[in-house]
Amino acid sequence: MTTLVTHTWWMTNRRLKVLVKQPAFVLILLIQPAIWLFLFGNLFRKVVELPGFGGGSYLDYIIPGVVAMTAVSSNMWSGMGVLEEIERGTLNRLLTTPVARGAIMNSLVLEQALSTAVQVGAIILLGLLAGASYPGGAVGLIVMLLAALLLGTIFSALSNTVGMLARQRETIIGINTLLLLPLTFLSSAFMASTLMPAWMRRIAEFNPVNWSLDAARAAMRSEPDWGVVASRGGWLLILAVVMLVLSTRTFRAYQKSV
Amino acid sequence: MTDAVTAEDLRKTYPGGVRALDGLTLTVRAGEVFGLLGPNGAGKSSTVKILTTLARPDSGRATVAGHDVLRHPDRVRREIGVVPQRSALDPAASGRDNLTLQARIFGVRGRRRVDELLERFDLAGAANRAVRGWSGGMQRRLDVALALVHKPGVLFLDEPTTGLDPEGRAQMWTEIGRLAADESIAILLTTHYLDEADRLAARLAIVDGGRIVAEGTPAQLKGELRGDAVHLELRQPPDEPQARQAISHVAGLRDVALDGRTLSARADDGAAAVPAALAALESAGIRVATVTVARPSLDDVYLRHAGRRFAS
Repeated sequence: MTTLVTHTWWMTNRRLKVLVKQPAFVLILLIQPAIWLFLFGNLFRKVVELPGFGGGSYLDYIIPGVVAMTAVSSNMWSGMGVLEEIERGTLNRLLTTPVARGAIMNSLVLEQALSTAVQVGAIILLGLLAGASYPGGAVGLIVMLLAALLLGTIFSALSNTVGMLARQRETIIGINTLLLLPLTFLSSAFMASTLMPAWMRRIAEFNPVNWSLDAARAAMRSEPDWGVVASRGGWLLILAVVMLVLSTRTFRAYQKSV
Repeated sequence: MTDAVTAEDLRKTYPGGVRALDGLTLTVRAGEVFGLLGPNGAGKSSTVKILTTLARPDSGRATVAGHDVLRHPDRVRREIGVVPQRSALDPAASGRDNLTLQARIFGVRGRRRVDELLERFDLAGAANRAVRGWSGGMQRRLDVALALVHKPGVLFLDEPTTGLDPEGRAQMWTEIGRLAADESIAILLTTHYLDEADRLAARLAIVDGGRIVAEGTPAQLKGELRGDAVHLELRQPPDEPQARQAISHVAGLRDVALDGRTLSARADDGAAAVPAALAALESAGIRVATVTVARPSLDDVYLRHAGRRFAS
């Protein structure tokens, strides 16, 4: 276990050193959620007036939505990192050393998680600048961040699994294009679930994006509902662990085809 | 002393039906340089991938440094150094960072070993620059340094000089020669260059179609062919019956062939047969321009065992 942790740290450190050498990429990471916040915030501003939405500020409403969408859309590209490692031959080199197999996968997930954390921080600050209020205070924001990180882990580990098994960029691009919008709009990211058609609401109950939104929104209220935070957070955690284990198991399949 | 590497009846077919290994068996003794020679697709890389725990065979057994590669891959990984066929460095990281990470993975602490290797492979000057900007030869030397960081007992060199310029190759040969002199390390070297195998390997095996078709020291393998090749370049195209008549009296020459101005033959001892051949031709009035005597090359060995020229 300690080996896995130290190896994960080294492997993550190795990837971060490369990431910080690409300032343009880091800048794009920060600009993208800002654009979404601005676009969706203005486009849908009047939906709060719909009967049944519950009123309030739409900006307050969509901040967790943009956070969740950002977490999914960034992390689902993680598998590209796997393909890069395979193509450069670095994956094979690492696999012939005693490095913990899980550390190779976890480092890719952690790299994404750190980027996600920076993005979430930027969204929170932008929200503040635009006049959003956070009635749940710092604790609510921390829950939103943690939920986003777990959500991101689910999708980066899934993406890594796809990358290892399919070993094609096109597969990752295809799956991501297919998934991002349905996952976002089959959740309460931009529209209150009370206003969704009943069948959509039913599907949304099984959508991890919606779990993270439920958890974040429950914690960010002036009177947090910790029961919802715990149950949705629990599901996110379970699914994240399952995905991480699954992604590490792909090394067995890789050994057969390499 | 246990053998460095044993492989028994390895078989592997890739998804899609490509048969890479078809019952390959080999042994690398402790401390020796063993060459695995064959063209692309013969099964060299598949063998290395299985022995370095990267791939699993469909059937067969293998041990490296006394550990079973299938049952204890983790133990094998601690004992081996691997120089993969294609350089596999982090291009954006510096040479020092590449080496330091590898050292940490193997539990080698401190900077001393890293500094020592950078110095030894003549990389100290560029150590802090990103590997991306290095020459191919430098990157290859760093690959070898990475493989040696934990002083492995068994080193795998998978086509270490492919893609290098002549200078880079000469440097790599010198380095491998130096490693070979160190008896605490066994080396399995794959190559598709005959001269490389001939020069570096103490013993070698020729792989073709996923199995070993010949095995022995380079001298043994070449010795199986009967004698030296003797080539005589004549000044003018001779009268054929006359030339054959003259040369037929020379003891020890056989398989005489005449093609234009070139007269070729084989001899058990080429050097001894040459003076007599020259005298016989001279006395028949046939003048000789050049003479070459060649020991059988691995190319000839390959031709004999694989049934075709190596280069083709």
